[in-house]
Amino acid sequence: MSAPPVGAVGREHPRLEGRDKVTGAARYAVEYPVENVTYGWAVPAAATRGRILRVDAAPALALPGVLDVLHHGNAPRLTPGVDADLFLLQEPAVHYRGQFVAVVVAETIEAAREAARLVRIDYDTEPHTTVLSEHHPGLYRPNKVNPSYPTDTEDGDFDGGFAAAEVRVDATYRTPAYHNNPMEPHATTARWRDGRLLVHDSNQGSTPVQATLAELFALPREAVRVVAEHVGGGFGSKGYAKAAVVLAALAARQVDRPVRLALTRQQLFGPIGYRAPTIQRVRLGADADGRIAAVCHDAISQTSTLTEFAEQAAVYTRSMYAGRHRRTTHRVVRLDVPTPFWMRAPGECPGAYALESAMDELATACGIDPVELRIRNDPAVDPEQGLPFTSRNLVACLRDGARRFGWADRDPTPGVRRDGRWLVGTGVAGASYPARARAAAAAATAAPDGTFEVRINATDIGTGARTALWQVAADALDVPVDRVAIRVGDSDLPAAGVAGGSMGTASWSWAVIRACEGLRDRLRQAPGGAVPADGLTVEVSTADEVRAQRPLPRYAYGAHFCEVRVDADTGEVRVPRLLGVFAAGRVVNPTTARSQLIGGMTMGMSMALHEEGLLDERYGDWVNHDLAMYHVSVCADVERIEAYWLPEEDPELNPAGVKGIGEIGIVGTAAAITNAVHHATGVRVRDLPVRLDKLLERPPTR
Amino acid sequence: MRAFRYHRPADVAEAVALLDADPEAAYLGGGTNLVDLMKLGVQRPGLLVDVTGLPLDTVEPGPDGGLRIGATVRNSDLAAHPLVRRDYPVLARALLDAASGQLRNMATTAGNLLQRTRCAYFQDTAKACNKREPGTGCAALHGQNRELAILGWSERCVATHPSDLAVALVALDAVVEVREPGGPRDVPLAELHRTPGDHPERETTLPRGALITAVRVPPLPFARRSTYLKVRDRAAFAFAVGSVAAALDLDGDVVRDVRLAYGAVAHQPWRAYRAEELLRGRPFTAELAAQAADAELAAARPLRHNGFKVPLIRNITVRALTGLAGSVRP
Amino acid sequence: MRGGRESGKPADDQWSSRLALTVNGVGHDLTLDNRTTLLDALRERLGLTGSKKGCDHGQCGSCTVLLDGRRVKSCLVLAVTLDGREVITVEGLAGRRLYPLQAAFVAHDAFQCGYCTPGQICSARGMLDEVSRDWPSAVTADLTAPVELTDAEVRERMSGNLCRCAAYPNIVTAIRAAASSR
Repeated sequence: MSAPPVGAVGREHPRLEGRDKVTGAARYAVEYPVENVTYGWAVPAAATRGRILRVDAAPALALPGVLDVLHHGNAPRLTPGVDADLFLLQEPAVHYRGQFVAVVVAETIEAAREAARLVRIDYDTEPHTTVLSEHHPGLYRPNKVNPSYPTDTEDGDFDGGFAAAEVRVDATYRTPAYHNNPMEPHATTARWRDGRLLVHDSNQGSTPVQATLAELFALPREAVRVVAEHVGGGFGSKGYAKAAVVLAALAARQVDRPVRLALTRQQLFGPIGYRAPTIQRVRLGADADGRIAAVCHDAISQTSTLTEFAEQAAVYTRSMYAGRHRRTTHRVVRLDVPTPFWMRAPGECPGAYALESAMDELATACGIDPVELRIRNDPAVDPEQGLPFTSRNLVACLRDGARRFGWADRDPTPGVRRDGRWLVGTGVAGASYPARARAAAAAATAAPDGTFEVRINATDIGTGARTALWQVAADALDVPVDRVAIRVGDSDLPAAGVAGGSMGTASWSWAVIRACEGLRDRLRQAPGGAVPADGLTVEVSTADEVRAQRPLPRYAYGAHFCEVRVDADTGEVRVPRLLGVFAAGRVVNPTTARSQLIGGMTMGMSMALHEEGLLDERYGDWVNHDLAMYHVSVCADVERIEAYWLPEEDPELNPAGVKGIGEIGIVGTAAAITNAVHHATGVRVRDLPVRLDKLLERPPTR
Repeated sequence: MRAFRYHRPADVAEAVALLDADPEAAYLGGGTNLVDLMKLGVQRPGLLVDVTGLPLDTVEPGPDGGLRIGATVRNSDLAAHPLVRRDYPVLARALLDAASGQLRNMATTAGNLLQRTRCAYFQDTAKACNKREPGTGCAALHGQNRELAILGWSERCVATHPSDLAVALVALDAVVEVREPGGPRDVPLAELHRTPGDHPERETTLPRGALITAVRVPPLPFARRSTYLKVRDRAAFAFAVGSVAAALDLDGDVVRDVRLAYGAVAHQPWRAYRAEELLRGRPFTAELAAQAADAELAAARPLRHNGFKVPLIRNITVRALTGLAGSVRP
Repeated sequence: MRGGRESGKPADDQWSSRLALTVNGVGHDLTLDNRTTLLDALRERLGLTGSKKGCDHGQCGSCTVLLDGRRVKSCLVLAVTLDGREVITVEGLAGRRLYPLQAAFVAHDAFQCGYCTPGQICSARGMLDEVSRDWPSAVTADLTAPVELTDAEVRERMSGNLCRCAAYPNIVTAIRAAASSR
C-alpha cells in the first residue's frame, strides 16, 4: 500500500448519511411528506405487438377513491421526438409486452392497485418475435455501438493469422437477459405548481432527468426541479429518465394533485431496461507458447423496435490482450422487446465473460497456466490504437492476486480434486474498464465563520460519492473535513452528469477541486483574507478542461481469483472464496471503495450462478419476473470475499487521480467462476448462468 | 386486490359456518401466500375469516408418542419445538430449509400444507392457467417448466406443490384433522392433495368450508434418524428444485423400515411407496438405494426443461439414505 | 372524470376496520381499508417510511419489522389483523444514541444504497433473539445443541434480506460485532 495519506483523501471514513440510513430517516423518492397526495399505478400492456383498439376505464373509475385513468386517449401531450421509449400514453401503438399503456390515479394505494387490474384494454395484435438468435434474419450492422464506439474494427489479417495458428480456440458464449433489480424500484413523487414541475425521483443523475423532463413537457429547464437525495440503487437502470418519472408527472398534471408512483417489482422486468442477452463467438489463434497471433470477437445482441441500443460486448477485446491480427464485430436485431439499457459495466461485463473464458480455454489447449498466459499476452501499447496506456497494471494485479490467493502450486488438470461430496476447482480472469470523465460544474462557498459549503449535482446511489467528494473538497480547500459541508442530489445545484460508467467520482471530484481551488484564489485576493458577511462563492465548469484531455487509452484493471465447489450429486455450486485485486488509480475512501468492489464482484457471481431472465416467446416477456423466481445472490451465497487494490499514480487522469471503481468489480468475475467450474468438473459452461442442471446433464468437455 | 370483509371467528364452528355460507370467503392464516396472491389478483376473496386467533396454536405430545400440531402453529415455533428437534429431525430440517426467518415466523402449519403452486404461469393473471382459470390451458406445459413436475402431471397442469413441510409430514404418515360443515374428520396427509388430472383447480380432497385444525404425527421411533435434503438454485431462501425426506430403520444391515418422500416433483408431496417397498427387508447398500429411486422414478415423464430432476432425485435419495445408514451403524 | 363515490370519507363500512395499534411505543387508533398492509399503514398513514417497499411480496425483506418482538415481513401482514398488537420499526430502535446494531452497521459499512438497511437491522434484531432462544437454523449441525453464532449461521439466518449492493460480508461482520457487545 502507498504512503499514509496526509489529508482526508485516502482515509477510511464512514458514510456521511450513515446515521440517516440506519435510523430510517433518509428519505427516498416516495417518502417525502406531501399534502393531498394521490397514488399512481402503471398498467402494462398485455399484448406484445399491435395497437390499442379500446380502453374501457369505467370499471376502474367506478371504484371508490379512483380519481382518473390516463391513457393515450386522454393523457397530457408530450413533445414528440425526445425519446421513443418515454413517449408514453401518447399513441395506441404497443411495441412490447409490459409497455405502460395506462396509469390509474387514486386516493390510496389499495384503490389504485385494484383499479389498475380493472382497466379493460382491447388490442389488435400482430405476430411478434422476441427471441435472440444468431440465425435471425433481422440481424444488422448498427452505425456505432454504445456509447460511440465503431461497430467493427479490423487490423492485420485475422482469417490468415487464425488459419496459420498452431493452437486455435473457437467458442461461442451466451449470456441471458439480466435485470438490474435495485432494491428501491423506480419511483417518483411529482407535483405541479404554477406551471413548474417538482419531482422527487429515484435516478442516477437528476441533471439529465431534468433536461429530459423539460423537453418532454416543453418547459424551460429552470421550471423543472429534480431531487434525488437518496437513491436505493440503480446499477445503470436509473441512468436516465425512465417511465416512472414521466408517468408520475403526466398523472400529477392530469389530476392537478401530487402523485406518488412506484413501479412494482414485476414491472422492473423489462420496461426500465435490462442487460441485453448476447451471443458471442470468440476465436483465438496462438503459438504453442500461448502467444496470441489472431483474435476475433463477434458479438450479437438485441434491441427494440423503438430505440437502437447496441451493447458494446466486443469492445473489451479491442484493448485487452495482444495479437497482431484482430477483428471485432457487432450485430443487433430489432425484436418486439423493451429496449435494453445499461447494467453495471454494459459491454465490458458480458464481453469479458466471453474473452476471459476463451483465454482459459486457450490456456488449457496450450497447457499453459492461465495467469501466465495473460501475462504473456499483455500488450506494451494499445493493440488497436498503437498508443501507450496512461497506466496499465493488469500484470501487477494478476501477480499480486496469485500471491494472495496461493495460486502457485495449482494442478491445471480439470475434474480431479475431490473433498468429500465436493468437486473443487480454482479459476482466474482478468478485467478492465475504461477510466473516463465527463464535464461537470460545482460551486464552493466560504462563510465568514471559517466553514465551507460545496455544491454539485452529483448523485449518491450508494457508491459513497457524497462522502468521497466531501473528502476531496476538504483537501482541495486545505481545511479539516469538519469545516466542510457537501450538498448533492438536486437539480438546483450546479449541473453534473450521471452516476454511471465509473465516471462519477472522476468527473465530480474534478469540478469540486477546481471550484475549491478557485475559491482559495479568491480568498487569497480578498482584502485581508476576510470573507464578506454574505460569504464568497466560486462556481466553475470543467467543460473546457475535460474536452482538452489527450485521447489516450485510460483503463482500470483487475484480476479475479476464485475457488468453487460443485456438489457431485446435485450440481450445486458454492464459491467459498473470491478474491480480486484492482488497479484503479487513487482510492479516495477505502471503506466505501472496498464495499463497491465487493458489491461488483458479488453481482458478477450472481450473474455467473443465479440470474437469468427466462423469456416465453409465446407471450414475449420474462416469466420469472419477481425476486422469488429471478434469483439474485443472498447472504448465504457469499462466503469469503476479498478486494485489494494496488497503489497507482496516473497523471493523465484527472486532478484527483481516480479511475472509478463502480464497474471493474463485476468485469471478468463470471468468467473466473465458470473457469473454476471447469477446473472442478471438466464441464465448460458457455451459456450463463451455471445452473446445477447443466452440471448434472452435461458430460465433461475438457 | 378487491375490497373484502374481515372477520375473526370466536371458534372453529363459526369459522366453518362462515366459509360454508359464503362462496367468496377464504381462511386467512399467516397470509404469506394468500396476501401475496391477492395482490397479484390470483385469489380474490370477498371475505377473510382470520383463524389465527383460534386456539389451534399448540404442539402437544400424543398419548403414545407422536405429536399433535395445531393448525396455526407458526413454522418457526414448530421447528424450534424440542420434541420436533429430538424426535423428528426430518420435520425440523424441512421447516428450517423453507422460506426465510421472517416468513417462518408468520406462516402456519395448515397454511403451509394448503399453499398454492409457485408455477410462474399460475401467478401471472395475463397468462393461461387451468388451475387459476379452468379451461384457459396450461401455458407451462410447453413453456418455461424447469421447476415443474416430472411425476403425476396431466396435460391440464404440470404444477408442483411447493411445500417442504408437507414432504416431511407425508413421509411420517401424518394425519390431518379437519372440521367440515358436517363435523370432524381425519384425512391422511397422503390423501389430502389431489393429482391434477382434469381438474387442477381442485387441489385437495377437502370439501368447501373445511378447516384444518391440527396435524397428527404418529409415533415413529426410528424417525430420530431422519433427514431432509433440499436442492435449490441458491444457498438459501429459494423453493426446492428437488427434495427428499427420508427416515431409515436398519436391523443390522437389513432395512427393517424406511420412509421416503419427494418434493418439487409433483402436484402433491410425493410419497415414494415403490422405492420403500423395494428397500424393505433387503441389506442396505448405496446401489440398492439407487435401484429404489430408479423404481420410483420409472414413472417419471420429464418436461422439456426438467429432465435433470430424475438424476437429481436419484442422487439425493442415495445420499440421504446412505447418510442415515452410516449414522446408525456401529 | 371522477370516481363513483366520494373519496377520502372515513370509511367505517364493511370494507374497513378500526384497530388499535402500538408502533414504537405509541398507540394509534386507526380506521383502515381491510386491504391495507402493515407496511402501507406505516408508510402512508403513520409517516413511518423507514420500513421499505422493495418487492411487496415477501421476497426481499426490506419491509422487515418486529411484531410482538418477532421479525416479520410487513408487506404480507394485513394491518386489520393487528388490533391490540405491538410493532417496532427501524425508527423505534434508537434512543438518544444509536442502537448497537445501527452503530455497527455504520461502523462496518454494512450498506451502500441503504434501502434494504432498515429491514436488515430489524431482521438482525429478531434473528439475535431467535439465537438467544437457541432456535436452530438450516446450517445448525446438531438440532438439539445450543446455537453458536458463526458466520455461516448469520449468513443463513439473514438470507431473507436481499441486498443488491451486496454488503453481505459487512452485514455479517456488523451483526457479529453488535452481538458480541450485547
